[in-house]
Amino acid sequence: MSAVLVIFFILAGLAVFGAVALIVQSHPIHSALSLILVMLCLAGLYLLMGAEFVAAVQIIVYGGAVMVLFVFVIMLLNAGEEERTNFSKLASFAGVPLALALAGLIAAAIARSTVHMPAATTGELTSTRELSKLLFSQFVYPFELTSFLILVAILGAIVLAQRERH
Amino acid sequence: MSALAPYLFLIVPLVKIALLVFIVLTLDAYLTWLERKVIAHIQARWGPYRVGPHGLLQPLADGIKFILKEDPLPEGVDKKAYFFAPFLTLMLALTSLAVIPFGPDITILGYKTNFGIADVNISLLALFAITALSVYGIALAGWSSNSKYSLLGGLRSSAQMISYELSLTLSVVGVLLMAGTLSLKEIVEMQNNGNLGFFGWNIIGISKDGFGFTQIIGCICFFISAVAETNRVPFDLPEAESELVAGFHTEYASMKFAMFFIGEYTAMIAVSSLSTILFFGGWLSPFPASWTITHYLPSVILVPFGLWVFFDGIRYETIFGRIVLPGIGTVLTVVGAALFLFPAVNELIQGPFWFFIKVFAALFFYIWMRATLPRFRYDQLMEFGWKFLLPVSIANVVLTSAVLLWRMHG
Repeated sequence: MSAVLVIFFILAGLAVFGAVALIVQSHPIHSALSLILVMLCLAGLYLLMGAEFVAAVQIIVYGGAVMVLFVFVIMLLNAGEEERTNFSKLASFAGVPLALALAGLIAAAIARSTVHMPAATTGELTSTRELSKLLFSQFVYPFELTSFLILVAILGAIVLAQRERH
Repeated sequence: MSALAPYLFLIVPLVKIALLVFIVLTLDAYLTWLERKVIAHIQARWGPYRVGPHGLLQPLADGIKFILKEDPLPEGVDKKAYFFAPFLTLMLALTSLAVIPFGPDITILGYKTNFGIADVNISLLALFAITALSVYGIALAGWSSNSKYSLLGGLRSSAQMISYELSLTLSVVGVLLMAGTLSLKEIVEMQNNGNLGFFGWNIIGISKDGFGFTQIIGCICFFISAVAETNRVPFDLPEAESELVAGFHTEYASMKFAMFFIGEYTAMIAVSSLSTILFFGGWLSPFPASWTITHYLPSVILVPFGLWVFFDGIRYETIFGRIVLPGIGTVLTVVGAALFLFPAVNELIQGPFWFFIKVFAALFFYIWMRATLPRFRYDQLMEFGWKFLLPVSIANVVLTSAVLLWRMHG
């Protein structure tokens, strides 16, 4: 097994572990920390594919900014341990078979797909310079529209926060 | 040597990591000594004086004290997070040093390597990614301690770090626009302007191809935000002792407390290194390249300093000091003389020498500020960050882009 494959399995295993822990943990902060672990492992996987820029941005945006806000809000509300309420009957009977069916469906779709995954082979995309050139030439309109969308969200937040004063 | 050759790619980084961790931890220890000494002298006191000559063994005594202290576990803490937080803080602070280049590439015994641990071509982004995570250490410490003071300290710190991270990141965009790269090594090389010396540094900003613009606004914004990011005076609200006892580390003791401390000082070193690289030319000499005589400056500084330590130490009060201080003086003098006698070694240390001088100046500035400035009030802190620092750094980005665009077409 090559070193890359070993690292892949370690990171993938950790990511799956984090994702499971996210659901199993009963305290919100522990769940948030598990989610951060997942984000970091994903960043590691991107790094393994040679996408350094995407990996760094993944950590800065998801691992840093987004999850810090999650943790911040949980701390601010001082949310305690979750209490187990009794499950709905339907979930306990149909839940597991349905989950298995979904997993099988996805696995079958991936196994049957003939599309070659180009993610690891786009060598010219790995350089940050090439990526930014693409973003500001070929994809400039989607890129600007996305930033406009974010601006709308920021303005919305400000308007909502200001409303109480009047 | 040849048998090891295939494994050198593994051995060399491991040796470098061990060396760097050792040097940085020692530097951290003596930074606490320097800080106490400098602040004491600014306030007309003596500072540490009892343990060793001029208190030089004080860091060692502090270290022993930290190890031997009782480490009580407060009631109702969240054990996992409580134990994890100090490790996270220290680990991230040390990791951030991995991408910093301390000098130009060197060749030792025929093996060419970079002066630093990792030479990543997105090192600046990597550094910001690590900084972005470092808030968790403090936030978790505050939350897990099950104490209102800790929680308030942790909350304040998270809010402060989120706010100042924006201006920290935006203030370096001007430098990035001029350099056209995210690699710290290339950013330093871009500032090398041959015979212009320090005029080529980003703080003055005269570049080779004429696409330069002074980044002094960016530099000021960066430094202020960096002080806030490292939770130092005047932005040390997370541990404001008059309001919050000791803030997020109120409930910590012994080695775990020491880890927060070491983490803070390591972060200071990392941030000082970063400002050196981004605005003050990294390992470049401030003199024109043709002034080769300035290459003897390390000797010129070390030899007189060593001699002064020697002759000053002979008359020290304690016998121990009368032995140790002249010893240190002799070592410094000999090192200085050796550098003068072996030009090859002298050339090798030119880069790290200037890097160290600049980082030292930045660290001294940190300490100086701590001894001078009072603490911000919390609303002032937020107002300053959002209403002044952020707009000014954005203005710097716009201004720099405009000037560069104008130079490109005009």
